[in-house]
Amino acid sequence: MAQAIAFYTLAAFILGFAVLVVTTKDTVHSVLFLVLDFLFVAALYVLLNAPFLAVIQVLVYAGGIVVLYLFVVMLVNLKRPPEAHRDPHRLTKIGFGLSAAVLVELGAIVVSGYMKTSPVVAAATETMPVTGNTEQVGWLLYTSYLIPFEIASMLLLVAMIGAIVLAKREL
Amino acid sequence: MIDTFVIPLLKILIVLFAGVLPAVTYMVLLERKVIAWAQSRLGPMRVGPYGVLQPVADAIKLILKEDITPTKADRWVFTAAPIISMVPALIVYAVIPFGPTVNLFGRPVSLYITDVNVGLLYVVSVASVGVYGIILAGYASNSKFPLLASLRASAQLISYEVAVTLTLVSVILMTGTLSMVGIVNAQYNAHVWLAFVQPVAFVIFFIGSLAETNRAPFDLPEAEQELTGGFHTEYSGMRFALFFLAEYANMIVVSSVATTLFWGGWLRPFPNIAMLHFLDVLPSWMWFLLKSFVFLYVFIWVRATLPRYRYDQLMRLGWKVLIPLAIANLLVTGIVKVMLL
Repeated sequence: MAQAIAFYTLAAFILGFAVLVVTTKDTVHSVLFLVLDFLFVAALYVLLNAPFLAVIQVLVYAGGIVVLYLFVVMLVNLKRPPEAHRDPHRLTKIGFGLSAAVLVELGAIVVSGYMKTSPVVAAATETMPVTGNTEQVGWLLYTSYLIPFEIASMLLLVAMIGAIVLAKREL
Repeated sequence: MIDTFVIPLLKILIVLFAGVLPAVTYMVLLERKVIAWAQSRLGPMRVGPYGVLQPVADAIKLILKEDITPTKADRWVFTAAPIISMVPALIVYAVIPFGPTVNLFGRPVSLYITDVNVGLLYVVSVASVGVYGIILAGYASNSKFPLLASLRASAQLISYEVAVTLTLVSVILMTGTLSMVGIVNAQYNAHVWLAFVQPVAFVIFFIGSLAETNRAPFDLPEAEQELTGGFHTEYSGMRFALFFLAEYANMIVVSSVATTLFWGGWLRPFPNIAMLHFLDVLPSWMWFLLKSFVFLYVFIWVRATLPRYRYDQLMRLGWKVLIPLAIANLLVTGIVKVMLL
C-alpha cells in the first residue's frame, strides 16, 4: 500500500516535470526541470530496490550529461521567445505518424510483458553466484549481456572519436 | 520504531547541528587565523579572547545585511542556487562513517547515519549535483563576471571529477566494496591503510579535491583580481553566506572522504598490533576527527603557501597529467590484483 502511494506520487511528479520540460519558455528553466525529472526517476529506482541504478542515474544523467546541456544552453543565447511564424520545414504529419508508431510499439511491449516472462524478469529471477545489487548488475553485464554491453561501449568510443575529428580538423 | 525512526533522526540532528555547522563556522576562523600566522599577523583578535567569537559576529552581520536581488536577475534560479550548492554538501554526511558500531546506554549504536551498499558512488553522485549551484548562480545573476566565473568553475569541476572518480575505481578494486564502512573494514583486514598501497591514487585524489572545492591553488572561479569575486559577486547577506559555508562544508566532506578511503577512517594507527592498545584511550571517532583535521589544516596551509594556477595550466594539469596518471594507476592496480592476489 505504502509502496503504491510512493510509486504514484513519484510517477505524478515525473510526468508533471516532463510536461514542464517541454512547455516552459525559458530554456534554462526547462533544463532544470529535466534535472528534477531525472532525480525523481532515480527515486523510482530506489523504490524498486535498485540503489546502484539510482546512483548511476544521478551521477551520469543529472550530474554529468545535463551539466553539458546547461553549458550549451547558457552559451547560445536562447532567451528570446520562439517566433510565431510557421516553420516551412516542419514535418507535422510525419511526426505524428512516427509518434503514433512509437506509442503502438510501447503498448505492444507492455501487453506482451503481461503475456509471458520477459528476458529481464527471467534474468532477475535466475540464481546468481553473487549477492548485492552492484555485484549482480556487474555479473549480468559480463555474462548474459556481454555483447550488448561491448557494443554500447564501442558506440561510445565511435562517438568520442567522431567528436574529436569534428572538433579538430587538422590532426 | 525507535531503531527505524528515532535513532537515525537523532543522529542526523547531532551530525548537522553539533558537528557540521559549528565545524563549518569555526573553519572560517581557523582559516583566517592560520593564514594570519603564516603571514606574521595576528588575525581576528577583537571579538572575544583571541577572536574566538568572530564567527558569531560574522553570522549576525550576514543575517542583518540587506538581501539584494539584481533587477535583471532570473529570480527563481537566483534564489535556488545557494540552496542547491548547500544541500549536496550536507547530505553527503549520511554515508560518512565516524566510527564503528559501539555500545551506548546498553544498546548497539552505529556511529554513522547509514551504511548503504553504494556509499562511495552516492558520495560521487551527490558531489556531481553540487556543480549546479555554481553554474546557476553565475547564470541567474545576469552579469558578465559571475557568468565567466561559473563557466570556469564548472569546466574545472567536470575535468577534475573524471580524475578523482578514476582514482576511486582503484580504491574499489583494492577493497572490493562500495560501502564506506566496508572500505574501512577492508583496510583493517589488510593490516594497512590504503594510502600506503595506493599512493598515486591518494595524491591525485588530494589534488583533485583541492580543485573540486575551488581551493587555492585552483581557486580560479573566485579570482578577485580578474573576476571581482567570482560566481557569487551579485549575492549579498545570507545567500552569500550559504555559498561561503557550502565551500567549507565541501572541504570537510572531502577531508572525511579522504580519511575514510585512504587513511583508515576511524581506525587508530596500527590497529592490529596489540602492543599499541594504549592508543585506544582516544575513542574511534576522535581518531577520525583528528585525521580529518589534519587534512583541513593542509588545505589552509596550501592556500597560504602556493600561488594561483593560470587557467590553461589548470586544464593541462587536469587533462594531460592527472587523468592519464589515474588511468595508468587503475591499469597497474588491476594487473597486480589479478597476477598476485
